[in-house]
This record gives sequence, C-alpha cells and structure tokens, in this order.
Amino acid sequence: MDMNEIKEIFFQECEEQLAELESGLLRLNDGDRDPETVNAVFRAVHSIKGGAGAFGLDDLVSFAHVFETTLDCVRSNKLEPTQEVLKVMLKSADVLADLTNCARDGGSVDEARSKQLIRELEALAHGTPLPGAAEAPAAKAAPAKPAAPAKPAAPAPVAAAPNDQGFVPVAFSFDDFGGDAAAETSAMPTFEISFKPNADLYRKGNEATLLLRDLSRLGEMSILCDMDSLPSLEALNPEDAYFSWKISLRTDKGEDAIRGVFEFAEWDCELEIAELAEGEQPVAVDGEAPMQAVPFDLSILDDEPAQALGVVEEEEQIAAATALETASNVLNLASAAAKAAEAKQAPASAANAASAQQAAAAGQTIRVDLDRVDRLINLVGELVINQAMLSQSVIENDTNGTSSINMGLEELQQLTREIQDSVMAIRAQPVKPVFQRMARTVREIADITGKSVRLITEGENTEVDKTVIDKLAEPLTHMIRNAVDHGLEMPEKRIALGKNPEGTVRLTAKHRSGRIIIELADDGAGINRERVRQKAIDNDLIAADANLSDEEIDNLIFHAGFSTAEKVSDLSGRGVGMDVVKRSIQALGGRINISSKPGQGSVFTMSLPLTLAVLDGMVVTVASQTLVVPLTAIVETLQPDAASIHSFGATQRLISIRNSFCPLVDVGRILNFRATQANPVEGVALLVESEGGGQRALMVDAIQGQRQVVIKSLEANYTHVPGIAAATILGDGRVALILDVDAVVAASRGQPLRLESALAAVG
Amino acid sequence: MKKKVLTVDDSRTIRNMLLVTLNNAGFETIQAEDGIEGLEVLEDCNPDVIVTDINMPRLDGFGFIEGVRRNEKYRAIPILVLTTESDAEKKNRARQAGATGWIVKPFDPTKLIDAIERVTA
Repeated sequence: MDMNEIKEIFFQECEEQLAELESGLLRLNDGDRDPETVNAVFRAVHSIKGGAGAFGLDDLVSFAHVFETTLDCVRSNKLEPTQEVLKVMLKSADVLADLTNCARDGGSVDEARSKQLIRELEALAHGTPLPGAAEAPAAKAAPAKPAAPAKPAAPAPVAAAPNDQGFVPVAFSFDDFGGDAAAETSAMPTFEISFKPNADLYRKGNEATLLLRDLSRLGEMSILCDMDSLPSLEALNPEDAYFSWKISLRTDKGEDAIRGVFEFAEWDCELEIAELAEGEQPVAVDGEAPMQAVPFDLSILDDEPAQALGVVEEEEQIAAATALETASNVLNLASAAAKAAEAKQAPASAANAASAQQAAAAGQTIRVDLDRVDRLINLVGELVINQAMLSQSVIENDTNGTSSINMGLEELQQLTREIQDSVMAIRAQPVKPVFQRMARTVREIADITGKSVRLITEGENTEVDKTVIDKLAEPLTHMIRNAVDHGLEMPEKRIALGKNPEGTVRLTAKHRSGRIIIELADDGAGINRERVRQKAIDNDLIAADANLSDEEIDNLIFHAGFSTAEKVSDLSGRGVGMDVVKRSIQALGGRINISSKPGQGSVFTMSLPLTLAVLDGMVVTVASQTLVVPLTAIVETLQPDAASIHSFGATQRLISIRNSFCPLVDVGRILNFRATQANPVEGVALLVESEGGGQRALMVDAIQGQRQVVIKSLEANYTHVPGIAAATILGDGRVALILDVDAVVAASRGQPLRLESALAAVG
Repeated sequence: MKKKVLTVDDSRTIRNMLLVTLNNAGFETIQAEDGIEGLEVLEDCNPDVIVTDINMPRLDGFGFIEGVRRNEKYRAIPILVLTTESDAEKKNRARQAGATGWIVKPFDPTKLIDAIERVTA
C-alpha cells in the first residue's frame, strides 16, 4: 500500500465521517442530548482533521480545527447546542464537505463562506460567559515541546550529595574516559545531570535504563548510581523507586536535547541539568568518591529466574545501576518471566480470544471494489441465461419430462435464482447517503428563499441497488428544491393560514412488492390547479375547453417546459422542470406520480426497481420477433373483440375499454417490423401507462409469458436502436429486444423515434 | 526477533499509515479499532509496545490505557499516545491514565519510530 492508496482511503473515510457528522448534528437539532452523540460528532471532525494533517491538507485542517474547537465547547458543556448554534454547525459541516471534495478533486471553495463560518464558529467558542472556552484555540499555538520544569538548573555540588560513599562509578563511553580524552574534547560542554525517578515513572512504563541509554547516545557519558535509599530486602517494596543517578555528559547537542530525552519522564522524576564551567571536574571521574560494593550479589540473577526476587522491574533498575552492559541479560530474564506468566494465563487468553472473535464477527464488513461486484453480477447473469438455455434444450430432447435430469435442473434453477438474489444484495445499499444529502439541499434552499423548513426522513435504511441510489440524487434534489421553493409558503403566509411557520418536508423510503417506493411530501399550498390549467392552455398543452380530472391537471406539471412560478427565483431559473425529473425516474425504470390537496400540500410518489441488472418482463411476439415489455409499464392485458375497435381518422384506431377510449398502437408497425397494421382482433392489447400519465393500448401478436430477464446493454454491445431500451438473451439462446414503451408511445403520437427518447440508463 | 506493536485507532486512514510505517520499519503490527477491541486483542498478541489514539468510540484512549495498566501482565508495558496537537491538557490526562509518552499527529514516520525505539528495549 502506498500513500496514494491511503489517501484514497482517507477520502472514503471522510465521506463516512461527514455523513456521521451531519446525522449527529441533525439528531442534536432534534433535541438529542446524549453525550455520545456529541462525542461522535466531535470524533468525526477530529478524525478528518487528523487525516488531513497527515496529507498536508492545510485548508481542511484549519477549518476542521476551528470547528472541532467549537464542538469541544459543546462537548464540555461550555456551549449550549441551541438551534442557532446548530445552524452554524450544519453549515460548517457543508463547508467541511466542500473542502474535502476540493482537496480530493481540486477546484475551489467559496472562501467568503468558509471565512464567515470560521468567524461564526470562533464567536460561538468565545462568546460563552464561561471561562476556558476561549482557551482551546490557544492550545494549538502552544509549542509542541512541553514547558521545562520550573526547577532552577543549579549545579548540584558533589558535597551536597547525601552520602559521598554511595556512588558506583560506571564509565559509559567507547573510549576510556581519561584526562587526555577530556582535553581533546574540551571544546564540548559537559553537563551535570541529576536524575531521580519516582515510582510513577516505572508505573507508566518508562524505564530508567532506556532513558540512560538514550542519554548515552548524545555524547560521552559516565554515570554514578546512588543506591543509598535502597532498604534491606525484607523492607524492599519492589514497585518503589530507590535509585537515583548522577550523570556527566559531554555533548555538543545542548541542554534541549538532554531535556528531550526526558520528555516523557520529566513529570515523574527530579531532574536537574547544569552545564559545567570550563575546567570543572565532572563528578563521575572524581577520584575522591570511593566505590562501594553493590549490596547484593548480582550472580544470583544468572542462576535464578526472576521469580527468586519476584521483581522484574527492580532488576532492571539494578542493572542500570551497575552496568548497562548487563541490561540485555536482565531483559532476557524479564521476558522469561513474562513468558512464564503467559503460560499460566494461556487458557484464560484462549477463552478471551474466542469471545473477541465472536464480538468481531457481529459487525464485520469488507470493502470491495465495485468492478469486482459488477463482474460477479455479469457472470451470474450469464449463468442465469445459460441455465435457462440448458433447461430448454433438455426439455426439447427429453419428452418424458420425468427423468432425474429434470429434477436436477429444477434444483439448479432454484440455486441460480438464489445466487442471483445474493449477488444483487451485495450491490444493495441503504438510501441514507442520498437522504442525508437532501438535508443539505433543504438547508441551502431554505436559506435562499428565507423559508423555515424541517426535513423529516424515514426509512433511511431501505436498501436499493447502488446504481439506482447514484442516479436518484439528481431528480430528488430537484424535487426537494421544488417542494421548498414552490410548495411551501413563506412563514408569514403560513402563520396567516394558521399553519406552523416552519414548513415540513417528509422524505420516506420503503419496500413494496419488489420495488422501492420513495415519497416526498410537503405541507405547503398544494398544486394551484387553476394556474396549472391556465398555464397549460397558454402553452397549448391542452385545449381551452379540455375536461380534465384533478389528477390529470396535477400531472400536467410533468410536461416539458412547464413552470408555474410567477417570478423566476434563484432556483427555478435553472431551466430544469419536472419533466426532466420524470424522465430521469423513468430512465431508472421507475414511475412518478403526484397527488395534491389544496392548502395541505403535495405528495410525490416514486416507484423504482431494486436493481437495474434484471427486469421483470412480459415476453411477447410481434411479427414473429420476440420482444420483452417491462412489466412495470403494463397496467393490464386484454383480448380485443371486433366491437371494441373503432377507427379514428385515416389510420388511427381506438379501443374502448370500460366506456373510455384509448389509442391503439401497433408495435410491429411503429418498429417497422411490418408495413401494414395487423388486425387487432388477432392480437393482444397491452394497456400501458406512459409519460404524461396517458394510457395507450400496445398491440402485439401474442403473449409468451412473464419472465425475469437479465438486461444487456444494446449500446455497449451493438448500437442504440430507437424504440428499443436494451436486449436480453432468452433460454433458447436468442436475443430478445426490450421495448422502450415511452419511445414507442411517443412515436405513435406522430413523433418519429428519436435517439434521445430511449431509456438511456438501462444496462 | 521482530518487535510487536499494538496500534489502537478508529480512523482507517491513520491505521493504514501506522501499518505501513511500522511494517516498513520492521515491526510486527497488530491493529485494533477502539479501546474495547484493543483490550480484547491485547491478551493474545502480547505486544512490546502500544500506540493508541485518544478520541475513539466505545472506549477512548484514556479508558484503554487505564484498562491496560490494571492488567497485571501489562501494567508496565510502554504506551504511546497519538495526539493531534500538543494539547497539554490531553497529554496530562493521558499521562495520569498511565501513558508512557506521546506522538504528535500528524506523525512523521521517523518521529514515530524514534518514540517507539525510545520506550522499548
């Protein structure tokens, strides 16, 4: 793994953290006061900052830092997370997301906006009456190195030592530490270091031996260990610290480097560092200091394992006291002791391991490259086709139909279907990320329009194919914009109407009969049918005297170029109408409907397939060609009789269904499979719903049956064919074309089949 | 013998950086995602040194360090704390919990290895 891959991981993680951040903030906004929520929000920002720092993404770091500081105030109860505070924070989360995207993909961010938010965040952090809140930002300015202890670095004269007799001189240098050497290196300053660890130093896992080792690397060093306070063995507390050291170090690295060695330890020891004046004798080579025998025999350490003394740590201290050369021996002993202890604990740890594994199994996930999943899905698609072909040829060759081969085939079919479902499930993801993105859209648009909006989301964990999710964001964003911009009234108007000044937009997802239903409801004014109708008449969409049901009027808003907004606002001026929304939903194999109640709001309902890889279709025959019609488009099928067929104009024909007339469309004629219209009485009519809500009866020659088919892109494998959405391979190995119902219906209205009208997204 | 390092950090990014840095420096690396998992894997992996983050879900770095120190077997193991900035207060709390030393994030690989070398034999 290289840094680029880690960076990729970082950005993936950022996305997760940003989602976490936003949902946490929204929960806080809803009055959640669980400290863990605040912690999770804090951690998200903290994590982004940490990673960004590692990659030198300074803009991201500095914004995250200010944000984190303010969040810390909330975390430590110095700042109340009021709606006002959360509003700033939600906006900050948006900016953080922008900065992250910018760091990944380049581009620029709205600097004015981020600067403004930095000011607001800082104001929040500072603006609290409680002291201390303002200190947090200052912490960053503090130097990385901890402040030196206040102790004066006065020289510690040898005479002041408790007992001159208590020193064991240990020469620690590669050369003999003689007078000559001293003369040669006299240009180098010598430091007198007095180091007396507390028991705490060992308790925190620091080790005098290692500190002295590090010190020795700075220059020439000699050490005296003071063991005076070492009590008799009976009185000895193995956990206590009894030794102290006097070190003489000749180094050109300076006092800071020496203090650096004790960086982790200086709280838990008495440390004095003094630079010796030129010519002054270092204490360690002071000939006056007589040696004293170590008060116990070190040789026992070689024979007896550590248990003899019962103390590993103490041995290490002793080792340091006597000679660092022996340190490695003692450390070996220490690890021997640890191993002995480990052996005893082995059964216990095995049990722990088992429980740890169980715990880990609960929430395990792996991340897989999408390409791999897609390849698997493709292969399973091939498998399904292959299995169908095999079944068919067995049936053709085996007329008894009772052989064990048939049994096996049935099981194979079952398994294939299960594999297919399981593979599809891999691609399924909760709609949560898209819903979360909508929260931001609502905030932004509420800001621009000056409306007060509350977004409620339900069923965020409803799962659907990733491709559907990816393609859902755009139409949904547009619909949310519309709902807030056109649907909801201004707060004053809402108050006048006796409504809550805060408008509500509700986004719901749920599964229903193998599809996902997404509902977007607002509690605004609802569709102004008079205005929609007038507009439609003005735009020549309908005749001035057309008799339309409420539902039909509502559905007019899905017509191209339709906009009822009296003044073009910031948002609706983008030239995207509901027709585009409808088309993109249909491109996903979905349907969209609106129902509206004046004064109470509108509900948009979208029904989408769970996957784009397979499709439930009706297999039909048209002019001896096999076609597949998406089942979702079909309302009903019927066998026309001669009495219900009526001619209309020169070539048009209508079919009467339950006292209403519906245009009859000969699919074979539209697709140029035949030159003349087939006799409707000999065929079957498929009543389909198409763009604009209108119904058409599609004439086909015969229905073969319903089947789930694997969608194969025609564009990727061949070229785009007008009126055809995609292709599939049937059990007999033949290619069947999947009908683009809307394109066919549009063509029947006299519009020639065009390239753009096809289902671009299929496959 | 390779020295064994247990790292505890909830950030996938940091975990990966630690892994790459430590493996390149010849350490054996065991990773946990939070304090609870850290304590769980501790028994099995028997590390020579622990590197832990502070801000983590379920059990934070302070709690994790205290947990390690309560364990008879690991009460003297060196523990290095990853802190994002030299936040004196956090550093102090970590020390009080029993941390041996700290590494300032964003860590630089040399500094990380130095700090580990410093607290291990």
